[in-house]
Amino acid sequence: MKVLVPVKRVIDYNVKAKVKADGSGVDLANVKMSMNPFDEIAVEEAIRLKEKGVAEEVVVVSIGVKQAAETLRTALAMGADRAILVVAADDVHTDIEPLAVAKILKAVIDEEQPKLVIAGKQAIDNDMNATGQMLAALLGWGQATFASKVEIEGEAAKVTREVDGGLQTIEVKLPAIVTADLRLNEPRYASLPNIMKAKKKPLDEKTAADYGVDVTPRLSVVKTAEPEGRKAGIKVGSVDELVSKLKEAGVV
Amino acid sequence: MAVLLLGEVTNGALSVDATAKAVNALKALGDVTVLCAGSAAKAAGEAAAKIDGVAKVLVAENDLYGHRLAEPTAALLVSLAGDYDHIAAPATTDAKNIMPRVAALLDVMVISDVSKVVDADTFERPVYAGNAIQTVKSSDPKKVMTIRTASFDAAGQGGSASVADQAAAEDPGLSKWVADEVAKSDRPELTSAGRVVSGGRGVGSEENFAIIEKLADKLGAAVGASRAAVDSGFAPNDWQVGQTGKIVAPELYVAIGISGAIQHLAGMKDSKVIVAINKDEEAPIFQIADYGLVGDLFQIVPELTEKL
Repeated sequence: MKVLVPVKRVIDYNVKAKVKADGSGVDLANVKMSMNPFDEIAVEEAIRLKEKGVAEEVVVVSIGVKQAAETLRTALAMGADRAILVVAADDVHTDIEPLAVAKILKAVIDEEQPKLVIAGKQAIDNDMNATGQMLAALLGWGQATFASKVEIEGEAAKVTREVDGGLQTIEVKLPAIVTADLRLNEPRYASLPNIMKAKKKPLDEKTAADYGVDVTPRLSVVKTAEPEGRKAGIKVGSVDELVSKLKEAGVV
Repeated sequence: MAVLLLGEVTNGALSVDATAKAVNALKALGDVTVLCAGSAAKAAGEAAAKIDGVAKVLVAENDLYGHRLAEPTAALLVSLAGDYDHIAAPATTDAKNIMPRVAALLDVMVISDVSKVVDADTFERPVYAGNAIQTVKSSDPKKVMTIRTASFDAAGQGGSASVADQAAAEDPGLSKWVADEVAKSDRPELTSAGRVVSGGRGVGSEENFAIIEKLADKLGAAVGASRAAVDSGFAPNDWQVGQTGKIVAPELYVAIGISGAIQHLAGMKDSKVIVAINKDEEAPIFQIADYGLVGDLFQIVPELTEKL
């Protein structure tokens, strides 16, 4: 079974995003970029399926700027076999919308014919939480989002999902899309020898035009602003003082 | 202009709070029709009809919709889409699962987590874990969106919308339900609770979370957790408050042993009164807390529980 994992290059999880003074967006110039954390979990899950002998090949795909090749190398160093880079933007500030990403991924999948796609549930930049679901729709495949456990059983995937109020387990026919939630696994760090090896693994470079996909955004960004601040209140000196303040405020 | 709103129906009951907040967010855009789908949905439909501002209710009662699977529910919404300009749902995990699928089937871009409706085409939504608020204008013929309910007040009661039955759409037959593991709790539901007590990494272990739970029970509050606490295995994921978890806006939010990472703040900063208890007086949580208490949570929390 071939497993395909889409990965996105985003602002590093530990870097605080700063809004540009002109309101045109978040400043990404000279900012550390990394693999989207939920995508790392997806890559890890695919590699574990390979290690268990369930998957034969793990193919990683990234859509965005040329520099996303670095993100793909990280996935290859973790243990993916092969990478496809689809260049769809010149400027790091251009975010390709999930609908366009899903259309490009569909075209890649039509060629690659994987049996399972594992994606991160959400990118930490646009926070859309949409690509996996949109891809499933375009392919006419089933979807198991927000996964905390994935088991392949014959021609189906049994997936436990993180939902409001608890967990839901569903069975989805293969081929299918799974999106990874936080607790699915803990991604490994790539070792130095594996980072060296990854440099020799195949990385194909394509463009959005190769797949005939129009990436013009449907949502134009009118403005990007800092969220409204909230003022610091007071420090209290004791539990008694806290209780009396809460009583004054009428919340207990 | 007409709006189709997917009501949040779980085991036959409508989540009135989430649905009423979404109604309030959307009613300026046109007549709101609420769709209640489930293996039992009549009672939910009747509850939806009473929400002020609802023009019409559609009840799709069918076993297909019993377990809130994305594919059949998305197919149902798509079958109804022709009559509506806006198709929306409160941003629950179910809706986040379903609505992007609906959008892609209609070849439009989904607009997730709308925190403000500017006009029929223009919406605000948080991005970058709440570090920025983006205003987006959609050029799509139909808008498919999820509503961040914590950003809106609930519409009142007193409506009397008409209720009609809605036939099921075709079954895509791609997935089936196996089991639900619902955390049994007498506590209020996190996203609609009036009070929330949350623990973070500082709580230290799953066992130690008992002191958080005791305070919550004393206050009749829901229990929340930071992503760090969930990541460390101290608390289940469905307790997670933050940009990648649940967004809450209670009257009282008590943050215990939570440093205040921006991704957590994005999930709770609309709370009316915020209390922070942390041993690190430099913790960012104190910059947004109304009342901060610096000290050892293992002494403070039991004392607070006793004195309330």
